[in-house]
Formats: sequence, C-alpha cells, structure tokens
Amino acid sequence: MPSSLIERPVDGPSATPPAVTTTRRADRNFAGLARGSGIAVLIIMAAIGAFLLWKALPALQANTAPFLTTSQWFPDDPAPRFGIAALAFGTLLSSLIALAVAVPIGVGVALYTAHYASRRIAPVLGYIVDLLAAVPSIIFGLWGLQVLMPNSKGLWRWLDQHLGFVPLLRNDLDSYTRSVALAGTVLAIMVLPTVSAISREVFMQVPKGHLEAALALGATRWEAMRTAVFPFSRPGVVSAAMLGLGRALGETIAVALILSATFAINWQLTEPGGNTFAANIALKWNEAGSVGLGALIASGLVLYIITFAVNMAARVVVERRREFSGAN
Amino acid sequence: MAKRIDVLHLNVYYGAFLAVEGVNLAIEPKAVTAFIGPSGCGKSTVLRTLNRMHEVTPGARIEGKVLLDSQDIYAPEVDPVNVRSTIGMVFQKPNPFPTMSIYGNVVAGIRLKRRTRKSELDDVVEASLRGANLWEEVKDRLDRPGSVLSGGQQQRLCIARAIAIEPQVLLMDEPCSALDPISTLAIEELIYELKQQYTIVIVTHNMQQAARVSDTTAFFNIAGTGKPGRLIEMDETKTIFSQPAEKATEDYISGRFG
Ligand SMILES: Nc1ncnc2c1ncn2[C@@H]1O[C@H](COP(=O)(O)OP(=O)(O)OP(=O)(O)O)[C@@H](O)[C@H]1O
Ligand SMILES: [Mg+2]
Repeated sequence: MPSSLIERPVDGPSATPPAVTTTRRADRNFAGLARGSGIAVLIIMAAIGAFLLWKALPALQANTAPFLTTSQWFPDDPAPRFGIAALAFGTLLSSLIALAVAVPIGVGVALYTAHYASRRIAPVLGYIVDLLAAVPSIIFGLWGLQVLMPNSKGLWRWLDQHLGFVPLLRNDLDSYTRSVALAGTVLAIMVLPTVSAISREVFMQVPKGHLEAALALGATRWEAMRTAVFPFSRPGVVSAAMLGLGRALGETIAVALILSATFAINWQLTEPGGNTFAANIALKWNEAGSVGLGALIASGLVLYIITFAVNMAARVVVERRREFSGAN
Repeated sequence: MAKRIDVLHLNVYYGAFLAVEGVNLAIEPKAVTAFIGPSGCGKSTVLRTLNRMHEVTPGARIEGKVLLDSQDIYAPEVDPVNVRSTIGMVFQKPNPFPTMSIYGNVVAGIRLKRRTRKSELDDVVEASLRGANLWEEVKDRLDRPGSVLSGGQQQRLCIARAIAIEPQVLLMDEPCSALDPISTLAIEELIYELKQQYTIVIVTHNMQQAARVSDTTAFFNIAGTGKPGRLIEMDETKTIFSQPAEKATEDYISGRFG
C-alpha cells in the first residue's frame, strides 16, 4: 500500500533507515512534500475540532442537563436541556447493524469475484459492485422508504416470532416502520459496495505464489483462502470495514428519510423510533435557535470524535501484527 | 513409500496454445529425475501437470495420461487435492506464508489435514527443518515470521514445509536459482538424502547440478517461438552427459559448458 513507502524502513521492521549521507534531491523533496502533507492534514483536522468546540461551547455551558447521558433535545427552552445519549445509541446501533450485515456479504462477494468467479464473470461482477458504490445515498434512502419499509414487515415479524427472546429483535408494538433496524439495513446496502470493492482489490493483491503454495500442500480452494488469502488480506479488509463504518456513521439523508427522529433509547430495534447524529443535525438545523445551533454543533463534535476513535482502533488492529503482514 | 510416475502422450494447452506436445516419460521411484532444456520449452509446464497444479491457471488443460503407480491422477474420481498432498511441490521463487511464523509455515500442511497435538507438531517441525538443513539456523526463532529469513533460508523453509506432510513425490522447479552456492550445495545434499525416501523431479538450468544430483535426465527442446515444446530424449544422466543419442542434446549441453 502506497503510504507504507513513507513510513516503513526498507530493510526490515526493526531496522532504522540506513544512514545515507548524500540523499538525492528528489528523494529529499518528496520526503518533505509527504511530511508536509501529513502535517497539513493533522493541522486541518485539529482546526476543525477546535472550530466545532468553539462554536459548541456557549450552548454546552447553557445546558442544564448532562450532555453525554441525556436523551432529550430541548436546546431552545429557557432552561436548555439536551444530550446525545439517544443519538449515540441510534448512530452506533444502526451502523453496527450495517456492518454486521454488509461485512460478511461484502467480503463474500469480493472473495467470489477475486478467486472463484470465472474469468468472464468476474469483471462484470466487479463492475456492477463498483457501480453500486457510486449510487447517491438519497436514492438508497428513497428505496428504503418506498420499497424496503413496506416489504420487510414479514422479515421483522418473523424475527420477533422466532428470535424474540433476543431483546434486540423483540417487537411489542407489532409496528415495524421507521425503525433503527430498517435504517441499519439500508445503511448495510449502502456500505456493502464500498466494503466489497475494497476487499476485492485486497484479495486480488494476494501474490499468486502464496495461493499456489497452499494449493500445492493439498489445500482445497477454501483452505487456501484461509491459509494464504485471509491472513494476508486482513489489514485491508479491516480498512474496508472501517471505511464502510465511516460512511454508515456519517450517513445523513437516507437515515433522515427513514427514521422518525424520536429521542429515546429503545433496545427493541425493530420498533419505530431512534435517531442519529447526522440525521438529527439535518432535520433540526433550519428550525434551531442560537443555543439549538450550538447544541447541534456539539453533537457534530461528538460524531467527529467517534469517527476518529473508530479509525484509530482500526489502525491498532492493522498494526498489531505488522511484522507478519508480508510487507517486509 | 515412494511411487513411480508414468506420463503417456501428454499434450498441454494454455487456452488454444499448445505448449507441450507428445511427452512420454517414466519417473522412477527413489531416484532423482532432472528436466533440462532452454527457457520456454515447457519444463515447468510438464512439472506442474504431474500434480495437477497447472489447473490453477485458467484455461490450462491436458490431453494424455499421468499415472502414479498405475493410478491415473486425472481419472474423474480422483480429487486434485489428494494428488497434491501426495505429490509435493517446491517453487522457483521462495514463497513462505508471510503471515505465519517459521513454525507455522512448517506445520501449515499438517494443520490443513488434521488436528495434531502440540508435542507431535514440535517433532514434525524439528524433523522437517533438520531434513531441510535449516534447523540449526532457526531453532531459536521459530516464532519469527518466515519473511525475516534470507532467500536461501526461505527456500529451505519451503522444502521443510513440503516434506512435513510426507509426500511420496517431490517436484522442484528450479529450487536453487535464487540461492548462493553454499545453500545450493546444502539443497543438493538434501536432495540426495531425500531420494532415499521420495521420488524427486527437479527442473534446473544448471547442467552441473543436473549431473551431480540426478539419476535420470530428460532433455526438452522447442523448435521455435510459438511451437510446442517436446521431450527430445531421456536417459541415465551419465549417458546424457557423455554420449547423448540426439545432436540437439549434445549441442545444448556442450553449449552450456562452453
Ligand atoms: N500461465 C501461462 N499462460 C499461457 N502460456 C504459458 C503460461 N505459462 C507458460 N506458458 C507458455 O508455455 C510455454 C512453456 O513455458 P514453461 O514456463 O513451461 O517453460 P520453462 O521450460 O519452464 O521455461 P523456463 O526455463 O524459463 O522456466 C511457453 O511458451 C510459455 O510462454
Ligand atoms: Mg520454468
């Protein structure tokens, strides 16, 4: 992967770069450019964080309820009360549903395209997936609202009847519209092409030699996947999932269309209700007063931090076994 | 228990391209057979048909028969997976699994087939690495990734990995071409030891190596680009190198020796 050109010493994981006295000018310029861009990105990110914090601070100071644990949103009351608990809940749960559905399917499709499909089908399949990744989210939102919502009742009811002992799947209202589960499913369909397209590229980069080594040991195709392809691709697949998660966490319009924006934490995910950071900001922005705007920005800051934390966590997973990554 | 291989009327195609035509040869058990010949004459292609590895290449197919102790390995009821665990392979470019430790690489083939106790695996690892003349160099760092080894060590690791599953035949495609002379010698000695137990086929561009390690030598040649490769002659190694029957063989060998 290209970024590793900058970070990784060429001759081993623990070795320091060789002391070269006469570095070529192009190398020096490139290193400077790369370092400069890296620093610029960090500065921009810090600046965005600082800006959000600055805009949010007055509203946070005016808030009479604990910001992190409240699940109400009355920022423009004389005594403002607002908090992100319900937003965080809805955002995380809908995104987790999206990942839980999209990662297995997306990775499966990618694996099929990269290593199972015939040479004639594989490019077509890849092309279709890439095309899906380019569909605008509003289309997915409309589709979720118009097609998935009316047609998925049977599925949710079935889950309630057969797996209702799992609190997440229970439904006591016999109403299945505008639920977190529905939003999560639409998000899953949205992130699936992303996850699949990136995983496919990663799977195709596994050197042929490794695959052949496994097959020559008497591995079946599936065993060769487990022995040679998955371990080699793991960092890339984690990155693909994280990009998908990033898209799901921040997705606004599709979720705003589907959810009815209530402020409650309801673990019965197939029942109506629920809200997310991004959808809430989009829905409330136009009618918000001055504290209301600050409150929305504060919630945006939290989303920003969550996204950041998720990416850091992914990096840790990827770095942990770098020595064994095959990039040495 | 080493087995013999008989190749009958073998044609190999890559799609519509006939790469190798009309090969008949017999590979004796517990002996080393060398394939020699100019680049592109189909040595690797023939070698890979002996354990059905060519099937990994889309569009590659064969006509003819390959018999392992008179069992046709291309018979419809034969599973290529079983063929490959019976007939192991070492590749030209060392290809240890980069995500596995040295230890993990050696036991990779065993782990595919069955669950095995740790103590038993330990024994296999030591025996295989000793068998590949690598034990002394890596015994203190079995948990390190295979990729920290030198090219020659990586290749011996691949040999250890191949013999860990106790195949009956070992196919080697230019196993020393990436190695220094000392490692090459180590592997040649290893081949000599391995032939007490295994049937070995080795592709090599190194005439001296073929002369040193093999009992039988097969010379392949190609009439021109786009033409199929053919087996020109096959005989005891000392005959091939002293009085070959074909002029082409003599030209090739003497050309190489200068
Ligand atoms: N995967 C492939 N697809 C199409 N053609 C191939 C493929 N592999 C080999 N060939 C062709 O088959 C012929 C024989 O190739 P092969 O690799 O068997 O030669 P070789 O004798 O092993 O040569 P070398 O000594 O260079 O390794 C060549 O013409 C080559 O171009
Ligand atoms: Mg070859």
